Amino acid sequence: MNETKKASASLEDKGPRLPGFRTWRGVYLLVIGTFVALVVALTIFTRLHA
Amino acid sequence: MTALDWIVLLGTMLGIAAYGTWRTRRTNQLDTYLKGSSSSGSFTIGVSVAATQASAITFLSIPGQGFESGIGFVQNYFGLPLALILVCAVFLPIYRRLGVYTAYEYLGKRFDTKTRLLGAGLFLLQRGLASGVTIYAPAIILSTVLGWRVDHTIIGTGLLVIIYTVTGGSAAVSLTQKWQMGVIFAGMATAFVVLLLRLPPGALEVAGAMGRLEAVDFSLDPDRRYTLWSGLLGGFFLSLSYFGTDQSQVQRYIGGGGLREGRLGLVFNALLKIPMQFMILLLGALVFVFYTFERAPVFFNQAEWRQRVAGPEGARFRAIEERHDALHDERRKAARAWLEVRDGGDPRLAADARASLLAAQRNVDAVRKEAKSALTAADPRVKIKDSDYVFITFIVTQLPPGVVGLLVAVMFAAALGSKAGELNALGTTTTIDLWRRFRPLAAADEARNVRTAKWFTALWGLFAIAFALFASFSENLIEAINILGSLFYGVVLGIFLVAFFARRVGGTAVFAAALVAQALVIVLYRSLSISYLWYNLIGCASCVLLALVLQAVLPRQAGEGASA
Repeated sequence: MNETKKASASLEDKGPRLPGFRTWRGVYLLVIGTFVALVVALTIFTRLHA
Repeated sequence: MTALDWIVLLGTMLGIAAYGTWRTRRTNQLDTYLKGSSSSGSFTIGVSVAATQASAITFLSIPGQGFESGIGFVQNYFGLPLALILVCAVFLPIYRRLGVYTAYEYLGKRFDTKTRLLGAGLFLLQRGLASGVTIYAPAIILSTVLGWRVDHTIIGTGLLVIIYTVTGGSAAVSLTQKWQMGVIFAGMATAFVVLLLRLPPGALEVAGAMGRLEAVDFSLDPDRRYTLWSGLLGGFFLSLSYFGTDQSQVQRYIGGGGLREGRLGLVFNALLKIPMQFMILLLGALVFVFYTFERAPVFFNQAEWRQRVAGPEGARFRAIEERHDALHDERRKAARAWLEVRDGGDPRLAADARASLLAAQRNVDAVRKEAKSALTAADPRVKIKDSDYVFITFIVTQLPPGVVGLLVAVMFAAALGSKAGELNALGTTTTIDLWRRFRPLAAADEARNVRTAKWFTALWGLFAIAFALFASFSENLIEAINILGSLFYGVVLGIFLVAFFARRVGGTAVFAAALVAQALVIVLYRSLSISYLWYNLIGCASCVLLALVLQAVLPRQAGEGASA
């Protein structure tokens, strides 16, 4: 098993233990979702003040 | 500065340094000294990661960027959240599982000694050079504006950070960074509130009309410095390299209570970095609006300007200043006129008023340019970029007593926090990757390792002070550091990506590929004029591709490419 796979295995072993998040994948999706929302908000901000 | 400002400044800075030194004075275990307390939680790690990245330059130059060219610089951080996800998912678990002290130790386990030394060497070269800039940058600006001697500021700041970093190592760095970030947030929030209270109604609209609120640029033109694409791609590779392979960051999150704490600390940064940078840039854009309505200096490095006004060519400089004041008045009137008609229901009138405002701004820009040309003509050595002086000028001339001290403390807190992380990493890498390599028998002697790490940390601190005292640096300080980082980070990242994802590639192939890729980046930097962020991508991609090609043609040696 290579390092990436081993790392992924340990990733499944230890969850984030955060309310509403059982896996790290959920936490990463939250980060991506927040990022997309920020870019959209900044684009709207730019258009509003152009 | 008033007595109250001095009390706030010295009280916070010396108090935090003394507290950190006292609390960590008995740190004699190598693990705690190099990785920090094993009980550190996710908040401490997250704050430490943020404090290491946010240097004084962040709080001096970035508002200046917002003032001068608007908030588009925020796009540089667009790649950061995505890069941190990769660090959380791949880099951090491997570092923790192997129990390494430095990121380059992993390269030694995965490839061979020469690749480990190359990674450590590139880090020491890049970070060692940058360490001079990070101590010089705030010192030159604060000394100029506050009338202090620059050498005293450099030596005072440098010695203070050396004392607590050498005493408590990583544990002292994390502990002090938490308090320093508290000072930074309190100070920046206060400055923001005071600024908002002093702005006229419609300030945001004025900033927008003057082109200072263009946050996102979808242009595909590679010559444009900040676009969504350069931020996403270049910013991703820069962030991945910085957070994943730069020891000053790796050291912040490989310690602590566990994998979960490290990951949550990084997620904390992934969520907060873009909003934080946006607020600092917006602050700069609003300072621009403030100086549209209030009297602004023609050149924000006022110490330099006053020296010229009092000199033999004083009449010429006074004439420029008078012309600037007259044009500034015209701009203020144009801004007020536009604010009055913009919602009046007559779009043509509003468009005309806005055109007049933009024309008035162009006139002010022209006279500021003339002022800079006059300064260069008088003395070619004068640094004419004054945007780094904008925010500190606003602080010392517009904020009330006590708040000025707090905001100057913000600059020093940021300088000390990032400097401490840097020295800690330089000392650790020199001890673990170089000294222990050549003194293998000493590796088992924990006390000797701690003593050696302390010596190397102190030596790097003294080197940074000496470098800051005697070197001459580029005008835009934050860009100088980013450019330096972009030239080296891409290749280092390439080595790590090969290590993680190209299992069949061995040490000889990746070592040769890294050398060729680094030479290519330097040649391209000297011959092209593209955004420096692209060199992260170029360095990384060329290193990975060359390593794959070389591995295919090189005879494979025994033991190469073995997974750690």
